[in-house]
Amino acid sequence: MSITSKTPLFSIGIDLGTTHCTLAYVDIAASDGETTSYGVLDIPQLTDPGTVRTSPLLPSFLYLPHQDELAEGELSLPWSDQQDYAVGEFARTRGALTPIRLVSSAKSWLCHAGVDRHAPILPSEAPAEVAKVSPLEASTRYLAHLRAAWDAAHPEAPFEQQDITVTIPASFDPAARELTAEAARAAGYVSLTLLEEPQAALYNWIQTSAGRWRKDVKPGDIILVIDVGGGTSDFSLIAVLAREGNLELHRVAIGDHILLGGDNMDLALAHLVARKVAQAGTTLDPWQMRALTYACRAAKEALLSDADLKTQPIVVPSRGSKLIAGSIRTELTQDEVRSTILEGFFPQVEASVCPTSRTRGGLTQLGLPYAQDAGVTRHLAALLGRQVGATAELEGFASKVNQAANFLHPTAVLFNGGVFKADILVERTLATLNGWLAAEESDAARMLAGADLDLAVARGAAYYGYVRRGLGVRIRGGTARAYYVAIESSMPAIPGVEPPMQALCVAPFGMEEETEAELKMQQFGVVVGQAVYLRFFGSSVRRQDRLGILLDFWPPDELQELGKIQATLPADGRQPGDVVEVTLRSIVTETGTLELTAVATKSDERWKVEFDIMRGNS
Amino acid sequence: MTNSPPDSHHPQVSFLRRIPLAVGALFRILSNPGFAARVAALRQNNAALKQTSPDAALQLLALLQRDARLIDFTQETLSSYADADIGAAARVVHEGCCKVLREHFTITPVRAEAEGSRITLNDGFDARAIRLTGNVIGHAPFKGSLSHRGWRATEVRLPQLAESHDTTVLAQAEVEL
Repeated sequence: MSITSKTPLFSIGIDLGTTHCTLAYVDIAASDGETTSYGVLDIPQLTDPGTVRTSPLLPSFLYLPHQDELAEGELSLPWSDQQDYAVGEFARTRGALTPIRLVSSAKSWLCHAGVDRHAPILPSEAPAEVAKVSPLEASTRYLAHLRAAWDAAHPEAPFEQQDITVTIPASFDPAARELTAEAARAAGYVSLTLLEEPQAALYNWIQTSAGRWRKDVKPGDIILVIDVGGGTSDFSLIAVLAREGNLELHRVAIGDHILLGGDNMDLALAHLVARKVAQAGTTLDPWQMRALTYACRAAKEALLSDADLKTQPIVVPSRGSKLIAGSIRTELTQDEVRSTILEGFFPQVEASVCPTSRTRGGLTQLGLPYAQDAGVTRHLAALLGRQVGATAELEGFASKVNQAANFLHPTAVLFNGGVFKADILVERTLATLNGWLAAEESDAARMLAGADLDLAVARGAAYYGYVRRGLGVRIRGGTARAYYVAIESSMPAIPGVEPPMQALCVAPFGMEEETEAELKMQQFGVVVGQAVYLRFFGSSVRRQDRLGILLDFWPPDELQELGKIQATLPADGRQPGDVVEVTLRSIVTETGTLELTAVATKSDERWKVEFDIMRGNS
Repeated sequence: MTNSPPDSHHPQVSFLRRIPLAVGALFRILSNPGFAARVAALRQNNAALKQTSPDAALQLLALLQRDARLIDFTQETLSSYADADIGAAARVVHEGCCKVLREHFTITPVRAEAEGSRITLNDGFDARAIRLTGNVIGHAPFKGSLSHRGWRATEVRLPQLAESHDTTVLAQAEVEL
């Protein structure tokens, strides 16, 4: 009997990372309850011109070669000989030598509200001759590569018929979520769900525990997930509740979007060593800097895993064929690694610190908004301080809330991301957190062990696709922010004073997927044929604001502006210049994106409100 | 891509079967000049030997050059350098070779016993995988001490190559514009 039905055979999880992508899957038929049969796809990719090999990691790099750069057929993949670009390992290594043709960190650009993410802007430093691509297009190509790799390996189970979960940082705003979904649709993804990466890591922990997790956590626990990947740091807080005899998990808070990760740490060490080499009279070129960064990563891992090791030699190989004559010898010391990595990135700070930030110059908007404070622990302190009341209204937590606490007290920590392969960084982070807890006379938080640091997110995503079918525990929580649009108050104009602004809540905190909320009371007049722009805000702390509430005043750190949103009413069937009265409706889709719709009050017409409003402006 | 290591040899032919084979061959050589020519070629070329494909060897060399700079290293004359400089380069070569072996092969010891321990080899042991040395006399079972555990590639994962790929280029010349 041939399989003709479109019931998915596999639940596929995709970790679309800043520095690399992975694909894991759960065989639905072969799994039973919390015992799952899963695997990780070996992804064929170019590693050299005309050379294809498989690896579970697909580096998230796109290389746009010159037409004379490669011989015919050297970009061929098992499934295509028509592609004029390379994705993966070859893109990364070749691109390091020719950065003007390399697209990297497309994911960070995708959530950068300061640029038009549909516009061909990458590589950002490419000369006019290079045909650039948009951040959206780059992400689409990575996702399409993964799809083709799956179809080549599993002809019996076409990708478009499987259940797909793609992960995103918890801190992605609605625009970045929508753009990720758009990239996936463009890559031919049909059944798509988005999942936050820290949640995926926790799902993986649940999956690998094979049921034991119910003994490892108890009602009243607050699990802090710390995910430090290659390019981003992402935090989430998940509370454990008991309801009708079952344990429930509620994601209660998320951190800000922080562009800070393991790559920054390796680069910091490479610059430190490069300065030493420069003092000895040798200046390294970009090729040598890259080799040095690799060497520093290996030396760092050796030094961090063995405190007795005093130094690690570092050799930067020559670029020319004279290896012995041209190589540069230097070393990295234990003290240097400790002061750079431990004190620089994981300082033992007080719980009350805030990350330092300085006013950005206008020009920095052209590049990625990298974190200005490298202290992961400082970002963590700021998050816990801001979220001190996150569990106040949660069932079963009211009695546990410590009124004197100055920050939210986690009881358990799950680490994720390659950075935490160094045990000492896990210990430092945990010790810092436990220092804060001890200062407020709270019990120390324990570590949830058994996470697979590289593949947890993809595996957890595949497991989530499986539990969504009703076969295991799910993390609840809905949207981790409340969303607002700005409304100008209708008060008499005072010369020289901007009319005061009110914030209208269009989507409350914790809206679950597949729910919608409509604002009947507040109407907007929209001019036909003209775009209406609204300033759009999010708040990760205002849990109590209900739909339609108008805020006259708010502390400035409680609402963050997320950019502008736009609705344009097409002129069909109307006179341009007419005013149509609309209300706003917000929907959290099945995919996990937020959709704002303008609905006409006097007819049943509706228009989608665009988040990425810079589209078409450039 | 996974290739199994070559381990299929020609099937053994028993002595009793070899008698009629030899007699038949004798008469056929005498009566059939074409067959005689093929046997003559067989004896001259030692046709049981096979020529391995140079592509895989060249591919491995390219990998060792790419990741371990092995060809660069071996093309230099050591006499003009201090040991410290050679040592620094050797680190690059060592690390790179490890990476190539780890990524493209699964290598396991032929014998699991600790080196130096006494082991017994029964009749029919695989002489392709175990080398007898020293006082090699008598019949199996042989008793001896394991001086090297041996290595066996249990899996080979060489990259796939495009049809037009030139494997003789072990490292491309680089021109910076």
